[in-house]
Amino acid sequence: MLGTTKPYANRLGLWGWLGGGRWGVERYLYTLHRLTGLGLLAYFLMHIVVTSSRALGKAPWEQAMNAVTGPLFKIGEYLVYVAFAFHAINGIRLGIIELGFGVGQPIEPVYPYRTSLDVQRPLVVVVLLLAAVIVVMGTLNFWVLE
Amino acid sequence: MMRDQKLWTWHLAAGAVILILLGLHMGIMHLNAVLGIFNAPGTHPVDWANVVARGRSAAFMVSYILLLGAALFHGLYGLRNILIELDPARWLKRAIGVVLLVGGIGLFALGTWAAIAGFSLAKAM
Repeated sequence: MLGTTKPYANRLGLWGWLGGGRWGVERYLYTLHRLTGLGLLAYFLMHIVVTSSRALGKAPWEQAMNAVTGPLFKIGEYLVYVAFAFHAINGIRLGIIELGFGVGQPIEPVYPYRTSLDVQRPLVVVVLLLAAVIVVMGTLNFWVLE
Repeated sequence: MMRDQKLWTWHLAAGAVILILLGLHMGIMHLNAVLGIFNAPGTHPVDWANVVARGRSAAFMVSYILLLGAALFHGLYGLRNILIELDPARWLKRAIGVVLLVGGIGLFALGTWAAIAGFSLAKAM
């Protein structure tokens, strides 16, 4: 239970949260999932305020849109899109694993030990490939076709 | 089911809702040249004419409010979990919960007002 866990000093600080240590690529995906989540949340909170101007009519809407136009905003918007692609597809992977799929059958802890991460690895590859496809589509849209 | 289990289950359910609705939103707004859905050809998704055209649809209005609620809960509960993991003092934990709840309700009210008022405005045009 969260409320009764014994507190320990956070000796590693921020690196304890960001670093994967000897854990596999999944640990870095966990960090990236959190970082992209925080980025998306920050954008989303501002997005609510900016896009609410549409309720006031054409002039306030165009004024709000003009205030968030330019190369810096376009790069920022592109990064939000990339973060969305990763966070969404990796979120599907996390949901699948949370429900107990794709982690393999439980096995006896006999030496040489095997980790369920070996079973999960193909899912990681699929996730990264799918996210890459969505990013490529967005890249085309943002920088080539539009 | 304990409180945190319930909230975690809602967090996952909200994620599923966001996946569908935000996927659609991203497709309309940021894959407009690739997919070309819900926008007049040759126009930008944030052009006022497109905003009004989407704003006239009750389905869009409902989906905006659903997405708003799901994304606010998913995002703010996720942020709370990250902050709680840093093991702040008990009073700070409570303060974090209150600030995120009040902020979330405020933004939900603003966004819901904008969705409904935008719908009424577009219908009247």
